[in-house]
Order: sequence, then structure tokens, then C-alpha cells
Amino acid sequence: AAPAQQHVCPAAPPERGRLAPWVPVVGLEIHAQISSNSKLFSGSQVQFAAPPNSLVSFFDASLPGTLPVLNRRCVEAAVMTGLALNCSINKKSLFDRKHYFYADLPAGYQITQQRVPIAVNGSLSYSLCIDNKMSQMVTKTVRIKQIQLEQDSGKSLHDDTRSQTLVDLNRAGVGLMEVVMEPDMCCGEEAAAAVRELQLILQTLGSSQAVMAEGQLRVDANVSVHHPGEPYGVRTEVKNINSMRFLAKAIDYEIQRQIEELENGGTILNETRAFDSKLGCTVPMRDKEGQQDYRFMPEPNLPPLILYDAKSLPANMNHQQVINIDWIHERLPDLPSVKRKKLVEQYGILPEHSFTLLNEDGLAEFFESVVKQTQMKPKKVIGWILKDLLSYLKQHSLTVKESPVSSFLLADLLNLLEKKEISSTAAKQVLAELWKGEGKTPLEIVKEQKLELLQDQKELEQICQAVMAIKAGNPKVLNKLIGLVQKKTQGRSNPVLVKQLLEKKLSG
Amino acid sequence: MRALLLGPWLRAARGLPRAPGSGHRHRGHGGHRPQGPLRQKVSVEVLDHLEHLALVDFRDAEGVERLQKAIQFADQLHEVNTNGVEPMDSVLEDRCLYLREDDVTEGNCTKELLENAREKVEEYFVAPPGNIPLPKLEERETFLQGSQ
Repeated sequence: AAPAQQHVCPAAPPERGRLAPWVPVVGLEIHAQISSNSKLFSGSQVQFAAPPNSLVSFFDASLPGTLPVLNRRCVEAAVMTGLALNCSINKKSLFDRKHYFYADLPAGYQITQQRVPIAVNGSLSYSLCIDNKMSQMVTKTVRIKQIQLEQDSGKSLHDDTRSQTLVDLNRAGVGLMEVVMEPDMCCGEEAAAAVRELQLILQTLGSSQAVMAEGQLRVDANVSVHHPGEPYGVRTEVKNINSMRFLAKAIDYEIQRQIEELENGGTILNETRAFDSKLGCTVPMRDKEGQQDYRFMPEPNLPPLILYDAKSLPANMNHQQVINIDWIHERLPDLPSVKRKKLVEQYGILPEHSFTLLNEDGLAEFFESVVKQTQMKPKKVIGWILKDLLSYLKQHSLTVKESPVSSFLLADLLNLLEKKEISSTAAKQVLAELWKGEGKTPLEIVKEQKLELLQDQKELEQICQAVMAIKAGNPKVLNKLIGLVQKKTQGRSNPVLVKQLLEKKLSG
Repeated sequence: MRALLLGPWLRAARGLPRAPGSGHRHRGHGGHRPQGPLRQKVSVEVLDHLEHLALVDFRDAEGVERLQKAIQFADQLHEVNTNGVEPMDSVLEDRCLYLREDDVTEGNCTKELLENAREKVEEYFVAPPGNIPLPKLEERETFLQGSQ
């Protein structure tokens, strides 16, 4: 069903005076490093930040006489990902060689799947907030053209002072899933939301840890602009966007650059550009000028990759040599979209809340744990989780796992509030104390700081009398009086009881 | 070089019209369609392009002639009618692709690997700052210069 509100791309507003509107077109190619112990075609270890060239086998270094041997785990990861993205899994897929020269590609070619990849024709649904408000969300879908298995290249460290490049092959040969998205997006915000959702899916499946900071998730964006009704414009490729923050910026900058260039009568070159985060702009990349001719050819050392399902399962084959798509399908975990729906249905929270819960690693589990341990309704608990807990964690750059306040302690505190033993203001005070992580329980803090709610009617009557002696009896200042009583009792008086007492006094 | 006996194949194909572009699954830069029995010369642009892509050096007229002969030899494939026949890229296509278990069994041979390096810095291989592209045809001392 089409959403009621339209998402208007901020990069190209429709009204620009007498000039015709521009339609930006954004397509993404995402490389996700497969989470596996060893590489795609060799038995070297996959690990971040190891001593240079220590995780390199003879095959990875492309020494003559070595051959690729396919890692089963990598195939399973690609199948899982394809299924999660609603793709058709190709029961027969092929490997090819893509040739180009670069110091970190010792073989002079990359083994990839250009002709028949492992998965095709899928889709990814993601959500956007309209107006930055988080209160109205719209769901969009981007088509997945294909997912292919391929090798990663090594790493080049450029030493400009000595005019040389240092090459570390630890990453050479690590398994990648390249997810190719059709150009269904129109701006940086959509692209970032789609990538974020893909990241969550990969992390849920475990097929990739997808940590952008460690280069486990790399995005290349294809950007072009055109007038409505006209053919697509020349596209540029923006490469090596390595953080979510820069993804939207880089794409929006490139859209603006192209629009300005074309409006000034210039042309767009079909080139590759890199995003310079310091300057906040895209710049042409060296070594990528002109059309590349990759001279694709079938990988002669690898027969086709055959996958099976329940129907086609061969009877007399070694289990270890057989990958059953249906078996993998049955064991897929709940995807983020399903998890969100369940949270909304089970706890009565808002869809926006479910997004925030899943966006923060461990937060949904924390929330559910608190709900289990408290009588407070989940709809009330969510406020404490999203406003108080999360804002504190963000302020101090802590993850949920690093929280000094455990779900047990928070539940304990919320129980005191629910039983009306303390007021909401007092609860916030206790929470502030709990953050210090000194090991005290909420009850201990309440007693220490004398935060218990005063329920004694007689005591409250006396206090109200004293306060009223200060101000003349006037119905309009009732709220002010309540405030004064609260102040006098240091927030310990039960506001409902105080209001009743004051009203009684004022009427009588 | 052994002569490939295409005779039987050609006899079977004779009489059938040669389908345009049948079996011609050429990918990449410029598909040169054969012009029948007349030999088409490979242009200087293509030769220059090949030298850039593959860093080969055709060196002299004999080298270029050898390339021409190789292309002519391969062109014989177009005599065969391949309508409705799936292309084969390996005689291993029916073999099982062996799947390896995800165990760490290799690596940790930095010293051995670096023995192959002409230059190294603290266990890194040393390479020039970027690709050094082959200079343009006009700027190179190559046999191809001056050819039409």
C-alpha cells in the first residue's frame, strides 16, 4: 500500500523557479565481508589488525601452482543473505575472473561471479522518518539485482613522502558478498536508511558483522540526475564510503555537484570519485580514469557451484559436500522487521520505538528483561528505556553492554515507582545516583537521600496549612501552592494527595 | 602446432545457413566480426589497447602476424552452427565443486613470502605509488608506431 505522505528528496526540491526539476537517481553496490574463520578460497585466517602479511597463504600471494578451494561457510552465508533479501537462489552459479592491475591484487585478477551469481532478484524494505520527527515513518523498498561471492583485495598504504605504496595481503582473498541494489533511491537519506537496514539484517543472520569502521561493510554509490520524462543522465561512481555518517553526505554532495554542473552548461563525466571527508566533497580518483576493460573469463579452476533443496537432494552424497537451501531457510532467525513487529504487538509500543530498540545493540533485550522483572506496563517502561537510559548511554558513549545500570537495577527502581513509594522526580534522582555504579540498590539510595513519598495525611495537612498561611486562598494559585508544598517537602509529598488536601482547604 | 580436424564438423554444418552471431559470445571491448574467408587485419588501435590491458609487447611484424594467425585459426569456430547449444567453458563442468570446511589451516609464513620481494619495509611489500600506465602510443618506442 502506498504511504499517505510522500518523501520529498531534500537534495532536489521540485520548485526551483523557472528551471525544470531534477530527479536524482542513486544505486548502491555494497561489499560485505563474510564472517568466517578462513578465507573464501584458502585456509588463511580472517582477522582484523593482524601483523602485516601474517595471514597470507601461497594461494593468497598468488604464487604459481596454487589453486582455489571453496569455503563451505562462505556459500552458506551467501545463501542465508539471499534468502533474507527475498532473492531467488541460483542452484547453479559460476565463477569468473575479473582482470585489472593493482599492487594489492597479486594475481592480476579477482575471482568473482559475473555471469551467473549465487542469488538474484530480491528486495529490501526499509523505513524513513518524515520531517526528522520520528513520529511519522514511511516504508520504502529497493530491488536487489543480485548477490555474488567474490574475493577481497589486499590493503595498500600510501606513503606519499617516500613515493611508494606498502602492501599488506592479509585481506587478500577474504570472502565478500557483493549486494547490488537497483537505482531505486533518490537521495542520501534513503541510501543510508537502506544500508542501515541491510547492516542490521546481516548482523542478525551472522553472515557478516558489517562493522563499517573495520571495513567489513563498504558502499559504492552510483549517482546521476535527469529531468522527469528524459533518459537517465551520465552516472558517476562514488567509492570507498566507509562510514554511515559520510554516506548520506557524499551522495547528497554529488547530486548537488551534478545539478550545478549541468545548470551551468557543463557535462558530467562517467568517472569514479572518492569522498573527501575533510573537505566534504567528492574528488576524481587517480588510476580510474577512462573505461575499464576487465576481460571477464570463466574461472577455469572451479566447476559450477551446485546447491540443492529438499526435492533435489542427492541420495548418495557426503553430507559435508551438500548445501541444502531449504535446510538453511528453516533455520533463518527472525529478521529485524519481524522482530519489530513482534515488539509492537507484544508490548503495545509504537513502531518508532521498535526502530530505536533495534537500532541500538542489546537495547531490545535490555527492555524485555526489564519488562519481565517489573509490574510497570511496557508502555511506561519504554519511556524510561528510550529517554533516560539511552540518553545517558549516548552522553557517555557507552554501549548497552557497558551500562552501569543493569536491567535488574532499573526494574527494581521502576517497581518502587509503580508501588508509589517514590515520585517520578525522585526516581530520576535515584537513577542519577545509580549511574555512578557504586553498587547501591535503589532502595538503599531512597533511604539515604530520604526520598520516600510522604503518605501521612496529618503530616501533609500541617505542611499545607503552613504554606497557605503565606499565600491568600485563591483557586488560581492552586497549582502554585502544590508546587510550593512539593518544594517544602523536597519532592517527597504525594502530589495527588496534596491537591486533594488543598482543594478541601480552599473550598471549606 | 597440431592441426585441429574440423572436417567432420564442417561437413555436418554444410547446407545449414550460418546464423548471424551464433556462438559469438564475445564480451568486452569491440567484437570484431569476421568478414568471411577474407582476413581482417587487426587495427593498430586494438593492438595498442591490448598492450595496455595485458602489458604484452608485440615487438615486431612477426609478433603481430602471429596474433593475426591465431585469430584466424580461432575464427574457424564460426563455421559451426551452435544454435540451441549451451556454451561450454570447461570440460570439468560436470565435476563436483569440492567444499572445504571453514578451518584455519594456512598462513603464518611472512618470512617465506617476503623472500620473494625485491623491496620490503617492515614486513610490507613495497610497490610504486600507483599504477604506472603504459605511455600513449605516440610517446612509446614501439613497433606499432608508424603502422597503419
